[in-house]
Amino acid sequence: MSEDRIAVLEEKVKKLEEKLERLESEVSKPLLILDHVTMQFGGLIAVNDFTNHVNRGELLGLIGPNGAGKTTVFNVITGIYYPTKGRIIFDGIDITPFKPHQITHLGIARTFQNIRLFYDLSVLENVLVAQHHEISNPDGDKILMMHGKPPKNTKKGWFWRAVSKLGYMWKEKEMVNRAKELIERVGLSHVMYEKASALPYGEQRKLEIARALATKPKLLLLDEPAAGMNPKETEDLMEFIKRVRDEFDVTILLIEHDMKVVMGICERIIVMDYGKIIAEGTPKEIQTNPKVIEAYLGKEWENV
Amino acid sequence: MGMVEKRLSTKTQVILTLIFIVVMALLLWWADKSFDSYKQRVLRLIGIYGIMAVSLNLINGITGIFSLGHAGFILIGAYTAAILTLTPQEKEMSYLFGIQEWVKNLHADFFTATLAAGFVAAGLAFLIGWPVLRLSGDYLAIASLGFAEIARIWANNALTITNGPLGLKAIPEYSTIWWIYGWLLFTVVFIASLVNSSYGRALKAIREDRIAAEAMGINVFKHQLMSFVVGAFFAGVSGSLYAHWLTTIDPRITTMGPMLTFYILIMIVLGGLGSITGSLIGAALFAILFEWLRDLEQPFTFFGIQVPGIPGMRILVISVIFILVMIFWQRGIMGREELTWNNLYRWLFARRKKEGERS
Repeated sequence: MSEDRIAVLEEKVKKLEEKLERLESEVSKPLLILDHVTMQFGGLIAVNDFTNHVNRGELLGLIGPNGAGKTTVFNVITGIYYPTKGRIIFDGIDITPFKPHQITHLGIARTFQNIRLFYDLSVLENVLVAQHHEISNPDGDKILMMHGKPPKNTKKGWFWRAVSKLGYMWKEKEMVNRAKELIERVGLSHVMYEKASALPYGEQRKLEIARALATKPKLLLLDEPAAGMNPKETEDLMEFIKRVRDEFDVTILLIEHDMKVVMGICERIIVMDYGKIIAEGTPKEIQTNPKVIEAYLGKEWENV
Repeated sequence: MGMVEKRLSTKTQVILTLIFIVVMALLLWWADKSFDSYKQRVLRLIGIYGIMAVSLNLINGITGIFSLGHAGFILIGAYTAAILTLTPQEKEMSYLFGIQEWVKNLHADFFTATLAAGFVAAGLAFLIGWPVLRLSGDYLAIASLGFAEIARIWANNALTITNGPLGLKAIPEYSTIWWIYGWLLFTVVFIASLVNSSYGRALKAIREDRIAAEAMGINVFKHQLMSFVVGAFFAGVSGSLYAHWLTTIDPRITTMGPMLTFYILIMIVLGGLGSITGSLIGAALFAILFEWLRDLEQPFTFFGIQVPGIPGMRILVISVIFILVMIFWQRGIMGREELTWNNLYRWLFARRKKEGERS
């Protein structure tokens, strides 16, 4: 009997070791890899042979003149477009063929260039909506399980639970508590029950980031978070983004036109122009890169 | 205002709701005993319109799918239930073009027939939802309207199943106040419970911004389909109740064609798109106005001027009322607010507070 038991235990240890090995190799790899990604709309090549990566825990900036293809890169990563060519690998999973709701479930959340809140819902409800996928995304869970990861939802029949309110209220309470805690952490608790449309611009931006965080992302994509903000608001936002990265343990990739923001908080910067990467490096390196200066023609450069 | 901070405890709200239901039941019981048959018919119609309005409100107001196919589901439900409740002998008598054996032999009691009506309509919604919900906005409206017309024209031509343009006659008048208001209660509880859950929030999010909803991990298509199917189920149920209220159904435009869809649309827009209690208010107002204004179609004297009876006059007047409501309450009577205990309490409390400030 005891020998059998030892054999079983040994088997378990072996499995755990394998898992550990896999996790270790995963952690050492970048969180997101874009492998020769090309996005073509008819005759227009919006993103041309984009190859780069986002390391774990990094705060990476993606900059470039208008129309360089930055937002298209975001849209390709989040599954709004299928790339014409190339692969996107996130946390060891090839996410190229997946749809936006599946990709969010796997751990990529985003904000939009023009704020897209659920304006008629309250701040609390906006955040709660972002947690809904945990109980209603079997597609995403299937992908997670296929790759040997634990699914986010293990219980069945949430629709009937929600309608009958049997075996549901504990979940609702748990979700509300979590949402309230998040709202408090980002400093929006004073407007918890206000409609999103009633918030001032800066707080709407903040709420959009909070909502994205509620999906429990590993990677957060911010599309021009400082657009339309005054210098004071921009300053606050920079602090906020840094805090988010540290406190919520998430990797951030951000698009920004405001050079003060990019140079101030990003650890590494990728510069795009006409769909191609023209430079990459630390803020210092980018500032002195002649190619970058040429792309911007000194227009935005004066701000720095 | 979306989700309001709780003022009343859940227990108080449940007790108040139960008291409300009991009071309503007593009122209905009293109406059932003392109303004349005409008023009773109107009262029953209000309940049927209520189910139709609340179910269309789930699709149009909560989820933001601009569907104009509701009459199609009602028609399918009406025919399904009527064919089931008519006995084989009755059907043999009224089907002048012959009848298919399986249609003839189908028979069930009223409750089963109503459930079947709901499920057939829901199944159909599931099937047509796949192509129709790929569209959005105006295109979806046209496609769903097209589906409803197909259903109606099918009913007009499938002689051996639906008896074609002659329709089904002598349907037993099973739709009592209790059946209708029982189903209405179930509809409202089901849909309100759905709307006040994580799923309801997801549906509202889709209405507000489908791209953002998708980016938040919501499978937009699946949720829209779910809402469409649930809405169609209750449309089918209301179709069954409607058929057993009318006692005669036929595939004319005015009974279960696009006109009915537009009537329901008027109810929910009048009451407030996105508000369940608003839909109920809209349905009641519409039914009462529509009957009350019948007098306008008789010759009458208006400030000494003789007005001859003009058929269709009431629709004209209703349109004017509707336009006025839309001018003064752009989002309908209730907007997207609900008439809940919490809101009532809040409104009363806020008013008292204001008065206190003034003095």
